[in-house]
Amino acid sequence: MSELKLMKGNEALAEAAIRAGVDAYFGYPITPQSEVIEYLMTERPEERTGMVVLQAESEIAAINMVYGAASTGKKVMTSSSSPGISLKLEGISYLAGAELPAVIVNVVRGGPGLGTIQPSQADYFQSVKGGGHGDYKLYVLAPASVQEMSDFIEDAFDIAFKYRAPVLILSDGLIGQMMEKVQLKDQKERISNEELIKRHDSWAVTGKTNRERNIITSLDLQSEKMEARVHRLMKKYEQMEKEDLRFEKINCDDAEYLIVAYGSSARIAQKAVELAREKGIKAGLLRPITLFPYPKQELFKLADQVKGILSVELNAGQMVEDVKLSVEHKVPVEHFGRTGGIIHTPEEILEALEQKIINHERIRYSKTRESSIL
Amino acid sequence: MTEEIIIAGFGGQGVLSMGKILAYSGIMQNQEVSWMPSYGPEMRGGTANVTVILSDDRISSPYLKIFDTAIILNQQSMDKFEESVKPGGVLIYDPNGISHHPTRTDINIYQIEGTKLAAEMGNKKIFNMVILGGFLKVKPIVQLENVIEGLKKSLSERYHHLIPLNTEAISTGMNKITPFKVEKQVFS
Repeated sequence: MSELKLMKGNEALAEAAIRAGVDAYFGYPITPQSEVIEYLMTERPEERTGMVVLQAESEIAAINMVYGAASTGKKVMTSSSSPGISLKLEGISYLAGAELPAVIVNVVRGGPGLGTIQPSQADYFQSVKGGGHGDYKLYVLAPASVQEMSDFIEDAFDIAFKYRAPVLILSDGLIGQMMEKVQLKDQKERISNEELIKRHDSWAVTGKTNRERNIITSLDLQSEKMEARVHRLMKKYEQMEKEDLRFEKINCDDAEYLIVAYGSSARIAQKAVELAREKGIKAGLLRPITLFPYPKQELFKLADQVKGILSVELNAGQMVEDVKLSVEHKVPVEHFGRTGGIIHTPEEILEALEQKIINHERIRYSKTRESSIL
Repeated sequence: MTEEIIIAGFGGQGVLSMGKILAYSGIMQNQEVSWMPSYGPEMRGGTANVTVILSDDRISSPYLKIFDTAIILNQQSMDKFEESVKPGGVLIYDPNGISHHPTRTDINIYQIEGTKLAAEMGNKKIFNMVILGGFLKVKPIVQLENVIEGLKKSLSERYHHLIPLNTEAISTGMNKITPFKVEKQVFS
């Protein structure tokens, strides 16, 4: 039986990394993510599993260490918070271009710029719309609990190696800093070098044996070859959409009004749904667990059932664009969210649902009736 | 059963660790728990608060606006959180350093002289355990043996010799908490 512990989200993620048999972590401290590297340093994973933990001289150095180590087929990761992720974006684009498996964790804080150290979800665009340059996407997992901070490490590496692509875990200061009960998985052994060669010799730089040399690069000056590479990436993303989309529906079966929220906002919105139900409002919650791929078809279907949709995010309105694209104007879609590190309360979300969607819907309805009388 | 609690006071009073012990006690009796601190610059010498939820069911929001119980340990927190108690809920406070006592009549208010009692017991650090004892008298949501198990889990082993002292502080708190009656304001 695995262990039950009370842990911060950041600590649970760090412990999960050791237990998942990760080979190396390269990072640089930044609030509200610093517990990840702090925990890894105190736990001395080099003694537990042989995992390398290294504090780089900067975020840029850390992501390039990830690039180098990932080239060898090892399980490697880094973590940071918003301004640090901005610094890493060049490296992330290179990882995507060179088709390397790696896990990047963003414990988001408020921005732009140095912003604030308080929780935020203002890095949605950066995470799902590229962020770095070029035609690439990241597979993005959005944990909403400390348990998921722990579980998603293994899931993220599975996806990263399945597609040979970088995977982003998009958390935030709230999930990173809060403590909850977490069921830790049993320790997995790190993959031996022999096993690694068996699995990844077709592409990784494992030391040339009796084969053609493997070259890891994102550069292709021959346009036809580069286009083929881009097509190969697009195929992977299509396959992700088909096979690895994840979402959760709460109280959606009879819902007349829908809230869409991910991560910490999903938790708070779930309470808003409970409060709405107590008032007799049939509200439901769709929680995208992956932000790319996005549950487009599910939203398209739900739009036939509900009268309006509220996108709740700790930002000035980012995911709401994807909600709108998904429902194709079938029903009104509005955004609600606090910024600057302020966290919306369940009561505020319910109020926004009533004012922006429910009352608004009544106004529209009465207007049409009025005009039909005239 | 779900109990939603805010514990608020100065940084250094043991607000966060008291919440952590409470959360661990909940885990010991198979409950779902969440512990959500205010973190950031306001923690240094300023106010610190933590939202703790214990529930038999999955917890939705770890971040709340209103609470079943508010445990208030300084004036700033009183100003901020007296209004955040649900009608019929509980407010527990240490009168030490409080100049404006609570005035609501739709909630149950209790006083506990945590600062004084801890000083009398000869160790100011057990202040938070005295307060926890008072809370558990009013809201016996976790068994005492589970609190002791929780203490064992949240304290590192080199402090385990302090567990009897902490247990004593909890019983002192349980014995010394008193209801506080809001006096009706007389207008003349």
